[in-house]
This record gives sequence, structure tokens and C-alpha cells, in this order.
Amino acid sequence: MTSNRALALSSVLSMALLASPSIADVHPITNEELADEQVFIYRVGDEFASIDPQLAEDVQGGEFIRDLFEGLMNQDADGNLVPGVATHFEASADNTVYTFQLRDNAKWSDGKPVTAHDFEYSWKRLADPNTASPYSWFAKEMGLKNVKAVMAGDMDPSELGVKALDDHTLEVRLENSMGHFPLMTTSEPTFPSPKWAIDAHGSDWTKPGNIVSNGAYVLTEHVPQEKSVRERNPLYWNDQNTILERVEALVISDDNGALTRYLAGELDRTEVPTGQYNALSKKHPDDAVSFPRLCAYYYFINMTENTHPALLDPRVREALYLAIDREVITNAILQGGEFPAYTFTPEATANFVGPDTPARSMTQAERDARATALLAEAGYTGEEIELDLLYNTSEAHKKIAIIVSQMWKQKLGVGTVLQNMEWKTFLEARSNQEFDIGRAGWCGPYNLASSFLDLMSSTHAYNDAGYANPEVDALLEKAKTSPDPSASFTRIEEILATDFPIIPIYHYAGVYMMNDDLRNWPVGNVEQKWYSRELYFAAD
Amino acid sequence: MSDTAIAAPEGHVETPTKGRSLWQDARRRFLQNRAAVISLFVLGLVCLVAVLGPFLAAWSNEEVDWSVLGDIASLGAPSFENGHYFGVDELGRDLFARVVQGTQVSLMVGIVGSLIAVTFGTLYGATAGYVGGRTDNIMMRLVDILMSIPYMFVLILLLVVFGRSMWLLFVGVGLISWLEMSRIVRGQTLALKSKEYVEAALAIGVKHHVIVIRHIIPNLLGVIVIYATLLVPQMILTESFISFLGLGVQEPNTSWGALISEGASTLQYGTYWQLFFPLAFFVVTLFCFFFIGDGLRDALDPKDR
Amino acid sequence: MTEFIIRRLLSAIPTLLILIVFSFLLMHSAPGGPFSSDRPLPPEVLANIEAKYHLDDPLALQIWNYVWGVVTQFDFGPSFQYKDRTVNEIIAQGFPVTLTYGSIAFVVAVVFGCALGITAALNQNSWLDYFAVGISIGAQVLPNFVMAPILVLIFTLWLGWLPGGGWNGGQWPYLIMPVIALSTSFMASIARIMRSSLLEVMHSNFIRTARAKGLPARAILFRHALKPAMLPVISYLGPTFVIMITGSVVIDLYFTTGGIGQAFVNSALNRDYSVMMGITILIGCLTILFNLVVDILYAWIDPKIKL
Repeated sequence: MTSNRALALSSVLSMALLASPSIADVHPITNEELADEQVFIYRVGDEFASIDPQLAEDVQGGEFIRDLFEGLMNQDADGNLVPGVATHFEASADNTVYTFQLRDNAKWSDGKPVTAHDFEYSWKRLADPNTASPYSWFAKEMGLKNVKAVMAGDMDPSELGVKALDDHTLEVRLENSMGHFPLMTTSEPTFPSPKWAIDAHGSDWTKPGNIVSNGAYVLTEHVPQEKSVRERNPLYWNDQNTILERVEALVISDDNGALTRYLAGELDRTEVPTGQYNALSKKHPDDAVSFPRLCAYYYFINMTENTHPALLDPRVREALYLAIDREVITNAILQGGEFPAYTFTPEATANFVGPDTPARSMTQAERDARATALLAEAGYTGEEIELDLLYNTSEAHKKIAIIVSQMWKQKLGVGTVLQNMEWKTFLEARSNQEFDIGRAGWCGPYNLASSFLDLMSSTHAYNDAGYANPEVDALLEKAKTSPDPSASFTRIEEILATDFPIIPIYHYAGVYMMNDDLRNWPVGNVEQKWYSRELYFAAD
Repeated sequence: MSDTAIAAPEGHVETPTKGRSLWQDARRRFLQNRAAVISLFVLGLVCLVAVLGPFLAAWSNEEVDWSVLGDIASLGAPSFENGHYFGVDELGRDLFARVVQGTQVSLMVGIVGSLIAVTFGTLYGATAGYVGGRTDNIMMRLVDILMSIPYMFVLILLLVVFGRSMWLLFVGVGLISWLEMSRIVRGQTLALKSKEYVEAALAIGVKHHVIVIRHIIPNLLGVIVIYATLLVPQMILTESFISFLGLGVQEPNTSWGALISEGASTLQYGTYWQLFFPLAFFVVTLFCFFFIGDGLRDALDPKDR
Repeated sequence: MTEFIIRRLLSAIPTLLILIVFSFLLMHSAPGGPFSSDRPLPPEVLANIEAKYHLDDPLALQIWNYVWGVVTQFDFGPSFQYKDRTVNEIIAQGFPVTLTYGSIAFVVAVVFGCALGITAALNQNSWLDYFAVGISIGAQVLPNFVMAPILVLIFTLWLGWLPGGGWNGGQWPYLIMPVIALSTSFMASIARIMRSSLLEVMHSNFIRTARAKGLPARAILFRHALKPAMLPVISYLGPTFVIMITGSVVIDLYFTTGGIGQAFVNSALNRDYSVMMGITILIGCLTILFNLVVDILYAWIDPKIKL
């Protein structure tokens, strides 16, 4: 995206604003009649750990931060960049220096102006070892100049490659060329934080009453493990276009319990429990929604010396890959519009062309036959192989593990020992390579094939399975600087389809029950970055 | 249930009999308690299902019936035609086979758990009570201290630390209850030690171990059996709670608690059989244990004579 | 009496110390730590975080510092999971909730349990008796994780009378289902204990004497029988009260009441060491306290028992 396009978008948006009449009952753009009550109540499965932009790491915390704070850029309903606090930016020719121009009417909820210094402060805070943020790796991902030395404590944070040239100009210097850098400024860790509030309240600054924020909403109530309430912020620069008055998040850990409460009218949005989408969409066709997500569900194969010896043979791995009937899993188990996955990278990813591997065009019967043949070719009978299948405690993971293990058993004779572990134990077992096959899910942090395929690098932090292929590593390096890396990505997927370090199973869909009067949910935003200020309730 | 639920023994014979008459007496009383006898019979049936079930089932407990998968709510109901007598679970696995297997696990947890509690508690309590003096004092102080530890929380911690395993479950649920048992046994032992007949036996030179075998053990056994019977349902309930938390046995094994918790969570989708069958087994068995426990207490408790 | 109480309270100190050390060691031997996450942290970041929370100190020093902080400043430390909260805050928020519905459920269980038990005992072997016994065993064996969804299905989804969860500061509509789900099985146990203990008392000699003297049944019950019959019930109530005000994990999880039970399970799963310790100590103290209360009550009811 160039700065020109961002500018154009911004002017379209502001024209829309100017044109909008300030009649409360009609939507400014669509002229749709609005409901009298604009209160959105949704379910979260878990309490957020933090809503400090630099410390938060969970999805539910991210949803809050996008409402309470605003970064340099935002995403629109389709995931395109639109202006946030910054009106536009300019990149140097080699994409190593970015200069963001900030709007002058952005205010914090205590009335102070939002300045480039706030961003400089928060980015340095993210990388500062004293902050000890579990999300500080993101600063490394951003490739800011000197970030590694700062994070290791060898260099003062003031040396970090971010600088406020004046109140409304922010200059960013990167270690290497990075074309997609502006996309990263839509991520929550890059959002500004108010130094004066943090200095005054310490770690308590995120509590209602203390918190100062620059987003469309302010946090007004927080009852841990029960609910949190955010209400519209009249000082937000674009407040006249905000329609939802109040957003409540209720913590309900049980999917089925949450659905009951949705059906009783207590919620406007909840996740559909695994396998119930079909039945629910028959009964409530206007409420049940499903849309593709940029996430992959896959099994990874231990390829270190701790593994089952049979798994070191690529033919065995391919046999396991082929014997899984993905249609059964997506159509009979999940039933929520998920997509069978034959590649790691989802088809919905921008500019991604999947390789034309034989497995895709075969029928399942052909795949099964091929799998049996491969296993025999590798010199194994299925009964000789018994694999430890590791997954973390969850109804959905359990179902898939059981079904997959039955497919392997019935088609190949391969036995599996299911290892259901609670999350922290699972992580420990995974990093100690105490498994043969493990379960994983990955949502791309941005809409690029690299945000998936980077995981296949031999040095990636997430690579516990010990997969290392120099050709893949080289292709990934090349893709970082190449203007059009999509050929490299297709090639990597081809290699994965001969090495089989992982077994992709399906690509996610967002499957929700949603109040049918709720409008503007960004179903086209594959990263599901949604902003409450864009949502509204239409009148019945 | 109280002693008076049973007709007072007629013609209570005062003739001197051997130690065994206590048990004959108890058996007669027990057999007169209709609820207890019926419970014993039903419990026998449940055990029979647990043992013979695998031979009756048309499916194994882990096989997926692909033909019903995808529409369990309408295709997965109980049916004799496709061999799913109890219907299928959410993944198209035969519920009958799973209930049978869950019965085995739950009964095992109940019985092994209470055996551990009873054995350990009896040994500990009897030692403390019989040796007496300072040893007794120290041992019982320790029990007091341990009783102040919130066990449910420790059990959760244990399962988190050591991962889920059947044996840990047995030991874990057993650990919860041995303290109570040791107190009861100690009290009984103390009381028995000062009984006239024990003192008389000592006076005429009967050896310690004979006293223990002839006089103390038979009297303790009554309490132990009653307590053990009442412990079993508690153990089963504890296990079901652990399963509800997701810390129970590993798939494809299952237990009543796991099946019930799965069935309860899908109740609103119309697959009522997934809750009904495991819950029925669970409730009926627990009822039986309670009635048998009450019956045994009425029959064995020396106080009631 | 005073001496007894003081002695018992003093003996609580070693008990609590054992509990602290035991839980601390158990907790730290659990796989993973508070900061292990899906995406493993770079070692330098992890080192920073562990230094911040003093997790890099030797274990013995950590225990010592912990106990010292608790004793001198009543400081149970910060939560590792929730960045802006301390353990004190988490307990101060969750415990009143649990205490509220737990106490109400306790009163409900005792009142209805005793009433049911007395009714059954006084009408022994009548249909009323069988009915009461049947109900109480039934209620005892129905796990509350089955009862909770059934209650919600009936009262929230079908009838629409009650909210399906939440706390809202403890308004009564939000209290009803948690109280029912929590009290039922305890009520059943109390009824069973009450019934059998009252029956035993009613057949004892002194009651027979009272009856022979021609005292009315009501007077016999209230003046003579009830007090001794309460003894076994009271010894059951001590630990039960602690379980009810703390062990309500199912209630918290299902009705999202936000009490201490859920906080404990979450902290155990998240390895939130300090919160887990804080709640364990709280429960330990309560258990010791109520065991003491039971013993005092015992002595008060039955003067023959010496403390």
C-alpha cells in the first residue's frame, strides 16, 4: 500500500463524515434506521490477562485494546489499511525508513492530545527489558533498528529505531527492508500508551478510573471473571461516527452454557459449539454465521531423535497425511463451514497460489489406497506402529484426535495413544519433544503467506518438531526481500508436500451465533480485527 | 437408616456361641432388610453388565460408526437394528460399549479408592489405638494437621502436576478419605482394648495376636465394612467431579463421570440418551451402595443390639 | 476453654507452614510455568520476566520471602497471570461472592435438610419417610454439574424466569440457581444424618422415660431429643461449610459467578503460583477455624465432652 492510497481512503472517509447528518436514528452512511438501544453484549471464553497494549497477549485482550486504544493505522472490513491516528505515511525507496504523519485532532480520554511522542514512548516500552513484556518478541518481528541489543539489555531503549520528529511526525527506522511494515501498526502492541498515567498508577493504570486511552471507547467497569464494560469516549476524534453506546464482554467458559444464554437473549454474539452449526442454522438461519479465517489446524510430526523411528521415513508421514479423510472432519464433525486443508497456508491468503499436488485431485479412496501402498513400500505393517498423539484439553481437539486416530487405525492399522494434557503441561511436553505427533493451530498475524510459512524455518521459535530443510530456509530468506515472493511460497508448499513435516487438517471458519440486527461485522476481515465503533444495531 | 427399620430379632438367643454367630446374626438382619437385598441384587447386575457387556456389545468402545456421523441427533438414537442399544455418543461411538467400559473404570475407582482409604486408615488407626500413649498422640496430631489441608484442591494440584493417570486417580481419591477412617478405627480400637472380655482374655493369658484376631478384628470389621460401602459412592462422585474438570481418564477410555458430563453438556441438542444411560447406571449404583451401606450398618453395628 | 482455643490456634501455625511448603513444592514441580506460552519466549525476555517476579531465586529463598511477606505485611504478592491485580485483590473480589452464595446455600441446606430429616424420623416407615429418604438419596447422587445445566435449561431457556448466569453484585435472581445447585446434595446428606441420629435418640432410654412420664411429643422432641441428635449433624457441618463456601468450582464455572473456586482452578491451570498459594492458605485457615468451631459447639451441646 502506498501513502497515496491511504490518503485517498482517508479523504473518502472524511467526506462520508461531513456528509453525515447528525440524526441519531439513522446510520450516517447507509441511512438505515437504527435501533433505540445500542448495547452490544458478547461472550468471551476467558478473562483477558491484561489490556495494557504492550503487555497483552491474548485474543480477548486484543479485542479490548482495539476499542480502547487506536494505533497509527487501522484495518477496514476487508483487512485493508485505513488511517488511524496517522493520516498517512511515506516509505523510503528501500522500505527501511517510514515516516508517519499524525492527525492533530486525536485526543486522549483525559483531554491531552495524542502525539508522536506517545508512540515513541510505547514502542520503546515494548522493547525495554524492564517492562518484561511477554509480547516483546513483536518488537523483534517489527525489525526496528537496534531492537535485539535493546531487548538483551546491551543498549539503552533510547537507541531504538523510532523517533518523534515533532508532535505529529513519527520516524521509524528498520534493520532491513520490510514492505509490509505498515500492516504491523494495526497490531495492538504498537498502540500508544499514556506515560503520565503509567507513571502515576504503576501496574494499576489499566483499572477503570485510572485508565487513560485514546480509542473510541473507555473502560468503565471491570468485574474479573464476570464482565467488563466499555462505553463510548466523547473525546475520540471520530466520535460522531460511533454508534454503539456500550459494549459488554461476559466471561463464560463453557461453549454450551454460552449458547443457552445466547438463545435466552442474554448475548448478542457467541461461538457455536463444535458440530452444532448445521442444526442451529436450520433453526436460526439469520443468527448463525460462518466465514473463512486465516488459521490452520494441523498436526506436526516429531522429527528429532526422540520420535518413533517409523516417522523418520517420509513415506510413512505421507501415508498418515493421506489417510485422513478431511471431508469427514469438516462436514461431519465440525460442520461449521471449515475448509479441508491440503496445504499449510489457507487458500484465502492474499496472493497465495497453492501448489498442484497429486493428493488434492485424488478421491479419498485413491488416497487411502496410496497410503496403504506407501506404508508397505516403507516396509511397515500398521500394527507395528503405535504413536503418541498429543493434544491440549478441549472438546474440539479431543474429537478430532479420536476421529483421526480411528481413521489411521481402520485404514492403516496404525495405533495411537491419545495424550490429552492441560495447556501448560502440553507446552512442556511439546518443547521437550515428548510426543510423536502433536496438535497445533496457527492464525497468521497478517494476511501474507509468510506469516504461515515462516513457521517452517529451522530456526523459528515455534518449530519444536525439529524440521529443517535448507532449501526452505533459503526460500524464506529470499521471500523477505523479493518484490513478489508468491512463487517462493508455492515452491515451499511443494516441498512440504514431499517432506510432510506437518499434516494440515483444516482451515478455520469463524462460526458464530450473532444477533441478526447487529450490522457491519467484518466477516471479510480474515484476521478478525473488529472495531466496536464500526458496529451498530439496525431497527427491527 | 436406623436399626428399627428392621423387626427386632425375635428370641434373641443368649446361649454361648462361637465368634461366628455375630456374623450369622448380622446376615439374618441384613437379609430381612428388603431394600438392601434388592440393592445387592441390582448391584450384582451392574457388575455383571460390566463383566459381560463387552461380549454383548456389537461395537467396541472406540470404533466410530461412520454411517451415523454427522447427524447424531437423528441417526444416533438407541436402536437394536444397528446394534447401538444405547445409541451413540457425539462421535458415533457405541454408547453401550462405552457405558460398559465406563462402569468398569468407575467401579474400579470406587472400589480401589476405598480399599486404599480403608487399608491405610485401618492400619494407621489400629496402630495408634493399640499402641497408645505418646505414639498415639503424635499420630493423631498428624491426622489433625492433615485434616486441615483442603484436599480437593490438593487433588487438583496432584493431577495437574503428575498428569492424568488411572493409578493417580485411585490414590488421589483414596488419599482424601483415609483420615476419617483412621480416626474411627482408632476410637473403636481404644474402646475394644478396655472391654471386659479383652481384659479377661489377657488375664487368663491369651496371647496378643489371638486377642486381636478373635476379639478386635471381628468387631472392627463391622465398622470397616460399613464405612467402606459408604465410601465407594463418595469415590465415584469425586471421580465424576474430576472428569468434569477434564482431568479424568484418557480417551478412548471413559468413566461415568466423563460420560455424564459429556451428556449433560449436549442435553440441549436433543441427544438425551447420551445423558440418560450413563446417569441411570450411575444413580442406580450409588443408590444401591447407599442402601447396602445402611443395611450393613443396621445389621452389624454392635450398638443396636 | 480459653486455654483450649489458644492452644488450638497456636497449633495452627505449624499446620499452615506445612501446608505452605507442601503446596509451594508441589506447585513448582508442575510442568510449565506461569510464563510458558504457545510461542516460547526468547530466553532474554523470559530472564527479564523471571527476574521481575523473583522466580530466579533459589526455591528456599522464595518460600522464605513469601512467608515473610505474608506474615509482616499481609502481602500475598502480585498475580502472574493478571498484570494489574494482586492476590489480595483477587481474593477480595472473589471470596465475598463465594461467601454470599455459599452461606445462603448452607442455611438453605441446614434448614431444609433438618426439616426433612426430622419429618422422616417422626413418621418412620410411613410413605412420608420413604419419600423423604428417596428424595434425599436421589439428591445426593445427582452431581451438580448435571443439575446446573438442567436448571438453566428449565428456568432460563424454557421458562425465561431467571438469568442464565452472572453475578451482578448478588441480586437475588442471580442467586437462586447457584444456591439450589450448591445446596441440594448437602441438604440430602444432612437429612439422612439427621434422620438416623434422631431415630437413635428417640429409641434411647431417657426418651422412653420422658414418654412414659406422659410428656407431649412436641416437648420431647424440642426439649430433649433434638439437642443430642444434632451432634452428628454438627460434626458434618464443620467441613461442609468450608466445602460450600470454597469448593463450588462447578457453580463458578457454570453460572460464571466469579467466585474463589473458579479462581483456584484457573490459577492451577495457568500456573499462577501466587494466586494458587493465596487461595490454598485461605482455605486452610478456614478449615482449621471451622474444625475448632465444631469442637466448641460440641462441648457446648454435650457437657460430657471435654475439650
